[in-house]
Amino acid sequence: METVTGYVTGINGNLANVSFDGSVHKNEVAYILVDGKRLKGEVIRINNGVASMQIYEMSNGIKVGDAVEFTGELMSVELGPGLLTQVFDGLQNPLPDLAEQCGFFLERGVYLDPIPDREWEFTPSVKVGDSVEAGDSIGSVPEGLFTHEIMVPFTLKGRDWTVKSIKEKGSYHVRATICVIANSKGEEKELSMVITQPVKQAVKCYEERLRPDEPLVTKIRCIDAFLPVAKGGTFCVPGPFGAGKTVLQHMEAKNGEADIVIVAACGERAGEVVEILKEFPELEDPKTGRSLMERTIIICNTSSMPVAAREASCYTAVTLAEYYRQMGLDVLLLADSTSRWAQAMREMSGRLEEIPGEEAFPAYLESTIASFYERAGKVRLKNGKVASVTIGGTVSPAGGNFEEPVTQATLKVVGAFHGLSRERSDARKYPAIHPMDSWSKYSGVVDMGRIEEARAILRRGNEINQMMKVVGEEGTSAEDYTIYQKGELLDSVYLQQNSFDPIDAACSPERQREEFDVLYDALMKSYDLEDKKEIRGFFNQLRQEFLDWHGTQFQTPEYYEQGKKISEFYMSKAVE
Amino acid sequence: MQKVYTKIESIVGNVVTVRAKDVRLGDLALVGDSYATVIKLDKDVVSLQVFAGAQGIGTNDPIRFLGRPMMVSFSEHLLGRVFDGAGVPRDNGPALTENMIPIGGPSFNPAKRILPKNMIRTGIPMIDVFNTLVESQKLPIFSISGEPYNALLSRIALQAEVDVIVLGGMGLKYDDYLTFRDTLEKGGAMSHTVMFIHTAADPTVECTLVPDMALAVAEQFALAGKKVLVLLTDMTNFADAQKEMAITMEQVPSNRGYPGDLYSCLASRYEKAVDIEGAGSITILGVTTMPGDDVTHPVPDNTGYITEGQYYLKNGHIEPFGSLSRLKQNVNGKTRDDHRALMDGMIRLYSQYKEALEKKSMGFLMTEWDEKLLKYGELFETKLMDLGVNIPLEDALDLGWQILAECFEPNETGLKTNLLKERWPNKDALN
Repeated sequence: METVTGYVTGINGNLANVSFDGSVHKNEVAYILVDGKRLKGEVIRINNGVASMQIYEMSNGIKVGDAVEFTGELMSVELGPGLLTQVFDGLQNPLPDLAEQCGFFLERGVYLDPIPDREWEFTPSVKVGDSVEAGDSIGSVPEGLFTHEIMVPFTLKGRDWTVKSIKEKGSYHVRATICVIANSKGEEKELSMVITQPVKQAVKCYEERLRPDEPLVTKIRCIDAFLPVAKGGTFCVPGPFGAGKTVLQHMEAKNGEADIVIVAACGERAGEVVEILKEFPELEDPKTGRSLMERTIIICNTSSMPVAAREASCYTAVTLAEYYRQMGLDVLLLADSTSRWAQAMREMSGRLEEIPGEEAFPAYLESTIASFYERAGKVRLKNGKVASVTIGGTVSPAGGNFEEPVTQATLKVVGAFHGLSRERSDARKYPAIHPMDSWSKYSGVVDMGRIEEARAILRRGNEINQMMKVVGEEGTSAEDYTIYQKGELLDSVYLQQNSFDPIDAACSPERQREEFDVLYDALMKSYDLEDKKEIRGFFNQLRQEFLDWHGTQFQTPEYYEQGKKISEFYMSKAVE
Repeated sequence: MQKVYTKIESIVGNVVTVRAKDVRLGDLALVGDSYATVIKLDKDVVSLQVFAGAQGIGTNDPIRFLGRPMMVSFSEHLLGRVFDGAGVPRDNGPALTENMIPIGGPSFNPAKRILPKNMIRTGIPMIDVFNTLVESQKLPIFSISGEPYNALLSRIALQAEVDVIVLGGMGLKYDDYLTFRDTLEKGGAMSHTVMFIHTAADPTVECTLVPDMALAVAEQFALAGKKVLVLLTDMTNFADAQKEMAITMEQVPSNRGYPGDLYSCLASRYEKAVDIEGAGSITILGVTTMPGDDVTHPVPDNTGYITEGQYYLKNGHIEPFGSLSRLKQNVNGKTRDDHRALMDGMIRLYSQYKEALEKKSMGFLMTEWDEKLLKYGELFETKLMDLGVNIPLEDALDLGWQILAECFEPNETGLKTNLLKERWPNKDALN
């Protein structure tokens, strides 16, 4: 194919207008040649023979007349063994390699190979003459903990392809041809371990989509028991700044029971990525005993990096997630924050002089957010394996007001809503998920019926608290006051969790169930207490005992002893 | 040979357009004798933003393109000097032209960042105990006009242990600038300070250059191994200048007139805060005044999402609620074993004090517990919150335990039993 070329006719911020000869596709990648450097961009509009490109780099120094090369390919990522443990920018540039080449600062126009240049031990799973189609496995390589399937490109069209040759078991370079396939028309394709996939096209090589009905354990009591997340489901975490969105997401990334965790730091602080980078290699994955980093990929396009690449980063992340899902794995994608991604869209829309919608966001905001979250899902693959992509996105609403367009568009399409509240974080109640306002459509690790009863106490306790603000403590009956104290107890010992305590930070589902049983029992009892001071003292003591219980290692003698102590303590005051 | 263009086609706001060829985006030009940058190219029409404002510019004024972006000189000679937003000396010293470096350079590679790990001691308990300032942190002071934010800023500048201070003043009142200069001079800090000052009377465009100038210089000092503290006051003026420019450029406004890229604008500046492995660091303390004490106003709101916490300055002291240093966990585990627990416990109780106070003001009966809270709150405010208090962290922690012991029984504090056993001042109360 002939390369199409053009030249810059105008430039405004990170939007360049390009005049071209030949045919150009919307969303194809093009490079602007500046000072011997090639700056990557994507065609986002073609109007009157002029292509508008968003440039993924700083656009300083570009002048009218600079040459442009079109590639004819859509914005894509490369998929293959060796992606795990890596840190990429939004365009899948490996950042540590970039640092090695360019030093402390990011240099524009440098694009490195995302797939490490090495050999892998390949085991074929097809033989000559087998018929294959898009997404089928042709063999595998061991990648850390996982068997990494080598698959036929997801973009392959037609179902009449057969294997013409396949390499024997052995060690091959990642980019070496390991398989040749041909179709009935006689076309041939050489396959290596690396495939490319356009980021904005969802991978659909599966048998059927299933209902997300299995909980994805995060080891956070408040979520697993009260506001559960499901494998293949979606959830969003909106909250004002400082309410703990990112800390919560890091806890989920650490403790979430998924095979692979992909963290997309999209337009947020670089410091937060560093925390993951330095912390995860040190932490042990309780499931496998290996370092947490071995199951993690980080896509990092922080707030000071070019805006256009921020938009790409969410798509890059979800495409990687889908790739690992195709191998039969459960993938958890955490995007922080989708608001920055939406703002990147808004910036481009403004430069394109599109008619703005609410708060100047483009009119296609809602459909774009919906189609992003819809890429989550639990699926049955063609080989019968069940796998999933779970997407959790934080939202940073302007002014902490959930009525704004991004939050509202997100709420329409997610299955669980973990709304963080400023009041709770101000009172140091972590995680600051508002127990009453938030909701989830999935089922959790504790019996839902009893959770509802507990939630009712919480709600009633809250109402009494509101009432007490008007009528005062003296105007409240002992019975109501007890309910209020019960609600407070539930909140402080079950919904709140100390993420800095080595033991309390991760609470296994078994422990959640056992502790909930005790707590539930304590909540359902009536107590022989009349005086408010006595009631308060009793619940203070009970709370203290529970907090000490959280500090004991699960299933040790101390744990059982403390559990017994709690039961004895509240039973001493309980009445039938 | 530089070509001179003399046919200006339009002058709108601070933006002039001229037909020219071979001009690069971001290049510097001279319009008459004031500097300007190229902000937009459309075929051969070049849009230029004039730093000093377009007032008085004629359509036949000469325009010369300098073929380089905006730069600032960097050397040790900067120390002790004062410049304006365009880098022109404001004191009577000579202009500096050696070793010119571009401003607004590329961002730091996240993979090269390291975890911030050093506490910056300030001697202010509300900072040291409750919201520790950490090297390489970016923190704004949210304040309403009239609060002593500049005084607080200069006190931190004088007491913090750093090598170089870079002060970026945006829209400063002239007397505020003089106060800064005099305080730093009196405190003996001027010899390691560089100032970039834009006063309220200076042209708007220069205001938007101040943070870039200050941070470009800070970055060079940090690369040379210096611990740099950058003070930016007031970032709301910077945002307002961005707004003014965006509106003149006919950009679609997003929220209360601010441009849609306000977040990116602020982030690319604040994100320059960094701790460089094997070299120095940049710590940024900014001031963001909240118009109408409204934290949901776009400027403080966007700032809050970018920075690693914030200090609320209200009624002359740093508020315990809302104030937050996100990096404190990195350092307060290493200070003293009771630091974290005590910090959380005391804040929790202070929040209950606020509720009790509300009850009291509504005329309800005060229970014994409420009385205890009221006593606690008062002690807390006078002994710890007052900005005049100047004690080291360890003394402040001990003081915290004393206050707790004066007001409460040990099991009322919600602190863990083993910690109470170790630290409670009156051991008899534990049984």
